[in-house]
Amino acid sequence: MNQEKPERQRIPRRRPEERVEDFQEVARGYTSEQARREAERCLQCPKPQCVEGCPVRVDIPGFIKKITSDEPQAAAEVIKITNVLPAICGRVCPQEDQCEARCILAASDEPINIGALERYAGDRARKQEKPSGNLTNPPVAVVGAGPAGLTCAADLLRLGHPVTIFEAFHEPGGVLVYGIPEFRLPKEIVREEIRHLEDMGAKIETNVLVGRTVTIDQLLNEQKFASVFVAAGAGTPWFLGLPGENLPGVYAANEFLTRVNLMRAHRSDYATPLKLGDRVAVIGGGNVALDSARSALRVGASEVLLLYRRDREQMPARKMEVEHAEEEGVEFHFLTNPIRFHPDDQDHLGQIECLQMKLGQPDDSGRPRPLPVEDSNHFYDVDNVIVAVGSRPNRIIGETTEDLETNSDNTIAADESSGATSRPEVFAGGDVVTGSATVIAAMGAGRRAARSIHNYLT
Amino acid sequence: MYPIKSSRRLAPDIYRLEVQADHVATSVKPGQFVVLRLDEKGERFPLTVVDADPESGFIFLVVQAAGYSTKKLVNLSPGESILDLLGPLGEPTKIAKFGRVACLGGGVGTALVYPIAKACAAAGNEVVSFIGARTAKLVLLEDELDSVSNELVITTDDGSRGIQGYGADVLARRLQAGESFDRVFAIGPVPMMKSVSDVTRPADIETIVSLNPIMVDGTGMCGGCRVTVDGQVKFACMDGPEFDGHDVDFEELAARQQYFKDHEECYLQNL
Repeated sequence: MNQEKPERQRIPRRRPEERVEDFQEVARGYTSEQARREAERCLQCPKPQCVEGCPVRVDIPGFIKKITSDEPQAAAEVIKITNVLPAICGRVCPQEDQCEARCILAASDEPINIGALERYAGDRARKQEKPSGNLTNPPVAVVGAGPAGLTCAADLLRLGHPVTIFEAFHEPGGVLVYGIPEFRLPKEIVREEIRHLEDMGAKIETNVLVGRTVTIDQLLNEQKFASVFVAAGAGTPWFLGLPGENLPGVYAANEFLTRVNLMRAHRSDYATPLKLGDRVAVIGGGNVALDSARSALRVGASEVLLLYRRDREQMPARKMEVEHAEEEGVEFHFLTNPIRFHPDDQDHLGQIECLQMKLGQPDDSGRPRPLPVEDSNHFYDVDNVIVAVGSRPNRIIGETTEDLETNSDNTIAADESSGATSRPEVFAGGDVVTGSATVIAAMGAGRRAARSIHNYLT
Repeated sequence: MYPIKSSRRLAPDIYRLEVQADHVATSVKPGQFVVLRLDEKGERFPLTVVDADPESGFIFLVVQAAGYSTKKLVNLSPGESILDLLGPLGEPTKIAKFGRVACLGGGVGTALVYPIAKACAAAGNEVVSFIGARTAKLVLLEDELDSVSNELVITTDDGSRGIQGYGADVLARRLQAGESFDRVFAIGPVPMMKSVSDVTRPADIETIVSLNPIMVDGTGMCGGCRVTVDGQVKFACMDGPEFDGHDVDFEELAARQQYFKDHEECYLQNL
């Protein structure tokens, strides 16, 4: 019998014209029937390459097998051995560059939709980890309640350490709450994961900026933590350094996204102001640029341009998100490099002046270097610009911690496999070490550091 | 939650609040600020800490009820609480034995210059303080400043108290008359800080101003508080809030401060 190969189960998405009207999630999850069908496509390779592609080595065939037998709870438990946040990673991990890129089916057919299956398991599983047993090992302070800090805290609790997480914002979650918009990652999912961590015994202290409210040395010497894990992220935005960049109307992506995601500035019942005109340009080609562009559409901009100095193929953003943004009407201008911002008659931003670029020889990043085309100056009339060209750690922790070695971009010098720093009792991981990277990479660093901290203390 | 212990009206629309915030009270230094969020739907906004008592865990804030959130704040009664309070933030004032110091406060900025005058006095400086107000009943912290100053000058715009005019003009006249200062601190509205900086520039007296731009987080994340200082972009929350007034681009600062004004007015109507 000539049986047709089962096809990759598509993820249902909401219609673009409907979804730009609100902040509800764009991609819907699988039904149990879809999840089972997709799971059954998995060949259960004896030497699974997908696992090699995962920064935290989730037992992917193992959890997929549990879905074929309709046991999402058991599937989630398999994932949680190595990844405490499946509902989050299923949504925001770049699976197409990691596990799915290595899937054996990717060569001949379409890879297994590992991300959607992970999300399915995470969403369906009841959060029911019991409070950790006796926390009799030495106490650890975690600086920052983002992906690296939360993961490290969960692992340390399981290893019997009392953990206190210090967070500068009024709400824990880090980039998961201030950066990634609701339509990609509903905040309720993040809140639920955090409640779960608190149930396990984690203490979270918000409104504490380590380095100002309390220093790392005070945490160790006065508050008697035996070790500190620094996971403060890369929160300080880069700007372009162009003339006119400080004109009112030019936002860093961090500011725009924080106003919308964390402060709900677009809602009239929240006090935080947001001013966004009809025509908005976003500068950058990464996920943060796309998040900004798509958020701008949702808070009322009628035209959103995305200016990127290289071409589509070089965009660091996830392909799926680029597709979503195009469907929603974001207008892409590739090989376009801003050189100056011009004021309008009220001395607010009025125009961006750009140069046309062409691609040259590869640069240090391995991507073709964009080169300006002579006399190609052109102008866009805009009300606002959102600059999304990356971020780095701020300098506060490095400056206020004795003998903690940092690099010129404020990242903390730490061993990537252990998180060890120049101070034996201080460990670091996530974006504060690597500069801005992915949620899953930060989680991997948190996990490795928890193990090293435990080894150091016991 | 950060309970309000007491609230006292110092002048029309200007209040002195005492807030329980142990973690700030034990670590705050002159010149530093906190970021508040009053309630679940509130905005985050910065306020300079005027004084603190590490023993009791209280911090003292002087608030001018000018915007939506500051009006809500001064309406809170003792016993009520502020939901979130982060700090201390920013770099502390650099205090040393400079010699002869002028401390100028304009409007509510007078309250903010007070901890600096006090610290300068404690460091053995001769302190001449200037209180600038629109009118007599808006003169703030007269007794407090007097107690830490060798001389206190009061100016009002309408001449109802002290010398009529601006503190910057009085300072200019005294410099012209041959008086000398080794350091000047000026805190107040942008035009006031700009005038003082213009007055001290020819005499080359280092003049420290404290900036209050728009900010969201106060931790170096949003970049909303960026200011141009000596041609470099600085974040007031992290690199400031104090800068050398001779190097600050005040026009840019003033323009950026106005950006959300129409939004603010719209919210004020609904208060």
